[in-house]
Amino acid sequence: MLEIGNLHASVLDVENSEILKGVDLKVNMGEVHAIMGPNGSGKSTLANVLMGRPDYEVTDGDILVDGKSIIELRPDQRAHLGLFLAFQYPAEIPGVRPWQFLKAAHDAKAEARGEEKMSVRNFTKLFDEKVDAVGINPDLVKRSLNEGFSGGEKKRNEMLQLEVLQPSMAILDETDSGLDVDALRIVAEGVNSMRSPERSFIVVTHYQRLLNYITPDIVHILVDGKIVQTGGPELALVVEKDGYAEYLPAFGATGRS
Amino acid sequence: MTLDTSPAAVEKFSSAYANADQAKSSEWLSATRQKAWSIFSELGIPVKRRGNELWKYTNLAPVADSNFEYDVSGSGSVSIDQVRSASPWDDTWNIAVVVDGIFNAGLSNLTEDVGISVESLSDALSSGRGDVESQFASLAGREKYAFTALNTALSADGAYVAVAPGVKLANPVQVIFVTSDSERSRASYPRLLVDVSSDSCITLVETYLNLSLSRQLSVPVTEIFAASNATIRHYLIQMENENSFHLATTRVAQMEDSQFTSTSFAVGSSIARNDIHTSLDAPGASCTLHGLYMTSGQQQQDQEISTTHVKPGCTSDQFYKGILSGNSRAAFSGKVVVKRDAQKSDATQKDLNLLLSRGARIDAKPSLEIYADDVVAAHGATAGHVDSDTLFYLQSRGIDEQSAKAILIRGFAEEMIDEFEPESLNAFVERVAMERIPVLLTESDTIGTT
Repeated sequence: MLEIGNLHASVLDVENSEILKGVDLKVNMGEVHAIMGPNGSGKSTLANVLMGRPDYEVTDGDILVDGKSIIELRPDQRAHLGLFLAFQYPAEIPGVRPWQFLKAAHDAKAEARGEEKMSVRNFTKLFDEKVDAVGINPDLVKRSLNEGFSGGEKKRNEMLQLEVLQPSMAILDETDSGLDVDALRIVAEGVNSMRSPERSFIVVTHYQRLLNYITPDIVHILVDGKIVQTGGPELALVVEKDGYAEYLPAFGATGRS
Repeated sequence: MTLDTSPAAVEKFSSAYANADQAKSSEWLSATRQKAWSIFSELGIPVKRRGNELWKYTNLAPVADSNFEYDVSGSGSVSIDQVRSASPWDDTWNIAVVVDGIFNAGLSNLTEDVGISVESLSDALSSGRGDVESQFASLAGREKYAFTALNTALSADGAYVAVAPGVKLANPVQVIFVTSDSERSRASYPRLLVDVSSDSCITLVETYLNLSLSRQLSVPVTEIFAASNATIRHYLIQMENENSFHLATTRVAQMEDSQFTSTSFAVGSSIARNDIHTSLDAPGASCTLHGLYMTSGQQQQDQEISTTHVKPGCTSDQFYKGILSGNSRAAFSGKVVVKRDAQKSDATQKDLNLLLSRGARIDAKPSLEIYADDVVAAHGATAGHVDSDTLFYLQSRGIDEQSAKAILIRGFAEEMIDEFEPESLNAFVERVAMERIPVLLTESDTIGTT
């Protein structure tokens, strides 16, 4: 279970840069939450702060995983607890092959949890299965990680990592941006197939489009660093139809455009 | 203020020249050495940096200020096990071992491969084997350069590799230059002469090892002749100890349609210079000069890489990568000259550097001098730190910061390490590089702070 209470966060070492201004959120095991909001509302910041990106500083509030604060934990330690962030813009890493990278990640998690590392043979089997399941061109994963990958290929590669690492709390940061409908469907199928009572998702998105394929249990609207409304899946449809204008104070007086 | 224009440290080498055993030398060789000595006497150790483009980034004062014994006895104690464990040794390869500049048949692993001879350079010179008389010092004597002159004047031996026409050698040839263990500071002048005849093919590994921990001076010179349609896959490994000076020169002459492909791996020495020049002397010749250098502590590592396109339709490709930590320095000076006749030339130059600490410094100077008008040329150089976004990406997958850094450094080096193709060579370079990474990391401070 993930509990976020009164979370305030700023850009590290930049004055008056507060982006998250008191976020409250509770995600129970097995739930899929969608966080929607206009550009600049702090959606991506929230996703990155949850994972411990060092560019941000938590100035107030707390993040609890199964009742324990993770604020002081490094990103790798958070990953060992089961957190996972699918990046909006995954880094290109020359010379590092996806297999090699994921094996290192898988081993690190096992080691941190006091579990036995998977043998090369078994890991390769798992890896190949997941490559097949996610529908990545097998030639692609022989190349350098994300280097020269198209936007869609990078996102599929994020899904591959999600499938291999099997986190208990997956955060998808605008995974739908830059995807065509086919790629979108593949991402959604990946998420749907991984939905389970032991795994939660936070799906961060600007558009409702992705939610046609992934039906969330709960939808939150984040505006100016705060959650301003929470509802069921139907809330996403309202936003799709009416936009975010009614949540934006500047537009409040003049109505919707 | 006195203006000192006299050449530096010449007197420190003059007794060595006087003592050099000239008795065995034939007349032409004595004349060649004498000429070389007069050039060195004129130049001295190049300690002047201001206005001296070649040595602008490298302080050779420590070399000029040190004293080195001249020892060409070749009697330094080296065991076969020491050489095997410190080099990319493979029993199936044709291996010549040269100790302190002197060919050592006992330590060598000379195979019965047909069409190739691997022997003592001194023997080859005294018996006038092949074209040695016209080849020796012909490339390394083209320009007035202190260290080729010093080697030509003082080298007593080395290795001679000759491949007969039309011989495609499957088995790599390795020449290992070993500095023996000693507490004394000594100078050695390793020399390699390689003559690859037309339509022949060879893989040549040139390895420099140092079994001592004390300060040694090594001034190697390699001359390589690629006849028409010859293919040479060359590897250069420099693993001197970190107190030593290694000032190496390689000169390559290429005839029609010959291919010279070289990848170097340099991790050793206090001050090291890899000065390589390829001359594309006939149409259709191509050369590829690649390399990886890794530096830490107070090391200085220079790559002085140049190619001259003399004739039309030749291709050159220079690509070096550096990983620098601590207070180390590296310089990349890449030069391509395209002569007026060399139309349809294709030349690329690239130097990419990963700086792991604030104290590390790279001076990269790619340059093109083009006198022909129909030429394709590109050059570039970069120096960067490990990207913090990339580091976060790896960490978010559960990989701790140190391991993530190591993965990124390894990834940066990977494409160069991959170029070391023979399996035992690849495994060796991979192992040495992986052992270096933790050393570099302990001296790093800027990663993730871009």
